[in-house]
Amino acid sequence: MEKAVEMIQIVKRFPQVVANDHVDLTVLKGEIHAIVGENGAGKTTLMNQLYGLLKPDFGEIRIFGKKVSFRGPRDAISMGIGMVHQHFMLVNNLTVAENVVLGSETGIGPLFDLKRARKRVSELSERYGLHVDVDAKIEDLPVGMQQRVEILKVLYRGAEILILDEPTAVLTPQETEELFETMFKLRENGKTIIFISHKLNEVMRVSDRITVMRQGRVTGVLNKDETNPREIARLMVGRDVVFTVEKTPAKPDGVVLKVEDLRVKDYRNLEAVKGVSFEVKAGEIYAIAGVAGNGQTELVEALTGLRKPVSGKVYFLGKDVTHATPRELREMGMGHIPEDRHKYGLILQFPAYYNVILGRHYRPPFAKGEFLAHDKILTFAEELFNRFDVRPNNVRMLGANFSGGNQQKLVIAREVGLEPKLMVVSQPTRGLDVGATEFVHRTLIQLRDSGVAILLVSMELDEILSLADRIAVMYNGQIMGEVEPNAVSIEEIGLMMAGHRLEEIRGRVA
Amino acid sequence: MNQKLWSFLVPVLSVVVALIIASFVILMIGKNPITAYAALIRGALGSKMAIASTIVKTTPLILTGLAVGFGFRAGLFNIGAEGQMIVGAMVATAFAINVGWMPAVLAIPLTMLVGMVAGAAYASIAGFLKAKTGAHEVVTTIMLNWIADYLSSYVVTVPMGVGFGTPKSPEIASSAKLPPLMVVQATELTSGIIVAVLAAILMKILLDKTSKGYELKAAGFNPYAAEYGGIKLADNIVLAMAISGALAGLAGTLEVMGVHHRFLGTLSGGKGFDGISIALIGQNNPIGIIFAALLMGALRNGSNEMQFVGVPKHIIMIVQAIIIFLVAADRIVRTIFLRKKVAK
Repeated sequence: MEKAVEMIQIVKRFPQVVANDHVDLTVLKGEIHAIVGENGAGKTTLMNQLYGLLKPDFGEIRIFGKKVSFRGPRDAISMGIGMVHQHFMLVNNLTVAENVVLGSETGIGPLFDLKRARKRVSELSERYGLHVDVDAKIEDLPVGMQQRVEILKVLYRGAEILILDEPTAVLTPQETEELFETMFKLRENGKTIIFISHKLNEVMRVSDRITVMRQGRVTGVLNKDETNPREIARLMVGRDVVFTVEKTPAKPDGVVLKVEDLRVKDYRNLEAVKGVSFEVKAGEIYAIAGVAGNGQTELVEALTGLRKPVSGKVYFLGKDVTHATPRELREMGMGHIPEDRHKYGLILQFPAYYNVILGRHYRPPFAKGEFLAHDKILTFAEELFNRFDVRPNNVRMLGANFSGGNQQKLVIAREVGLEPKLMVVSQPTRGLDVGATEFVHRTLIQLRDSGVAILLVSMELDEILSLADRIAVMYNGQIMGEVEPNAVSIEEIGLMMAGHRLEEIRGRVA
Repeated sequence: MNQKLWSFLVPVLSVVVALIIASFVILMIGKNPITAYAALIRGALGSKMAIASTIVKTTPLILTGLAVGFGFRAGLFNIGAEGQMIVGAMVATAFAINVGWMPAVLAIPLTMLVGMVAGAAYASIAGFLKAKTGAHEVVTTIMLNWIADYLSSYVVTVPMGVGFGTPKSPEIASSAKLPPLMVVQATELTSGIIVAVLAAILMKILLDKTSKGYELKAAGFNPYAAEYGGIKLADNIVLAMAISGALAGLAGTLEVMGVHHRFLGTLSGGKGFDGISIALIGQNNPIGIIFAALLMGALRNGSNEMQFVGVPKHIIMIVQAIIIFLVAADRIVRTIFLRKKVAK
């Protein structure tokens, strides 16, 4: 079979680290080739060299057998390489067609021929079954649709080889499934796809061949049909990974958090949480599942004091805390692992030892009167670093300079260090690799077993099914039903996520 | 770390580059840059009087630089140091005129306190507006600058005005005048510089050693995470503006107590705005700000001597502009650098 991409013995060094250490990559024409590896394994560096963003220090790149040396992405694009970035680069108030042709507009002289552009974009959209309305404005489109516009952009520029950099990170399960369909369609039409991911189930679902990377090297090239997730994970992490979270049945105790008919408005002043009631007991993990944007964010913000509820009641350890401030809640023993660790969880410009006392910086042992007790803070930070194995083991490093997984460890270390009675956890493994995810899950189970009540909000159904003791599914600001993980099918949860009530689903079956 | 060395090197290199570029400008107007710079240095540091005069010019610049720098550290852009300086000086003068009966040990600290409270109160208006309504402090402080400007014009012409010519207030009581450290001919080196340096040290302690400083910096870097960490943003905004205003108010008050001994309509003369460039060059670090202010003070003072050798003193404005440009451009580069790391 024809080779679309050959990268031979690629070496790329950065100060203090060899990001690619004699890496070989061969991608055949018309295949979906997955590149998997933990954060920092060198996937993105490798792709940036293929796309002309970086120049290899050593090694050779061949595209369809022809040796190339790119001076920039423009050269790569002219050789038929296209990249769909994780963060979209679209102009919100322009239409789909305008966005697609932006930068390569056609027309007579300085005049822009929108009509012809529209026609070409809509032809492309039809041919690959992308079903995008070419006249819609980007701001009106859901995320999954916007991603298709990015793919259209790449196809419009004549790409034969498409690089998709963690494309599913921003998608709902349904949108992910649609993306996969698109990928298959592209493959049918002879396009070559390089798919970067660290979600093994997705890799197993779509790819033909898989290149596994670890610490800058290739640790395996596998045929999908001849391998399994366990083998891939071992090559990625360098040891056996436990997929099923081992846990004993929960021993729930008294009610720690009680929510009654809570209503919360979002930033647009529209009601996002429409009368939600539930209880979380000590020693259990109560999980809220649902597609992103169904009121989970606002619910968590209201419970943690970051947003004022419109009506309803919240009781924490029997006390009415509906209008309590974040500081009061923290003092009562509520920990919070926020969904966006860069926005809420960390102050990136602060060193780690300042980050691990955020929320307790004003009281002993970290403050002595008005002054910070720097020696106590440093000792505490060093203890947490050892206990949670944060790397690099340097408490003076700025928050921004840690990897995503270690930033999350910093947040978790801080919140667990609070010795909370209730832990509100939102999307704890978003963007984390297999090893870090395993760590987070183990930590949550340990917390539960030590009698902490845990409210877990997650978009990852797998995560919910393996951790939760009870599951509520949220849709459009309401809870569609509450179930136990071993007494429910994935189909039932899927239907609830799509807006059907549990009684309705089970009533139909009965 | 590297970072620290970098933030020290950038301003120093910027000054060198700025002087080199300006020397080409001097060449273009047909003068010798070496003669010009020699005169500049002579004028700034060449004699006891020159040094005294440089320090006098530096004193208010340290304080306005601290005022703006403190705001920046807490995430606020206080463009109103000019207005706060005027209000501080004006209210302090009104107080100091009437304290002839008080001994100096009381009159001096009380006058300073009054000036600081007045500056703080005036800046707090912008703080409250931001905390309550979200009105941006850049807009409100600019408007407050004009109010202070016209208000002071009125005050020194009608209720407090004396004599003819430049509008001015009566002299303050001698017990409220700052004792000079040294008198060289007509130039008095006032003890205000000690107060200014002390203020810088206090600001450094507040920012680096206290939990309040931790909160102010946290809110400045990332207000969302600060709120998540139980820090009350509204309180912090008002407090930060008040402290910033107190420093600017003190700048004006020391000018009255140590230099002019009365309130003049032209007292601030853009020193509040200079605070912005000084804070920038000093990288919002209190100690850095002392040196940045000293540099500005020296350049301003030396430029008169440069004028005598036929080089217009406005060359200094070019030097100043280039320094600011280079320091600011570095920040752009570094911001991009930091963002990239975050995106990974």
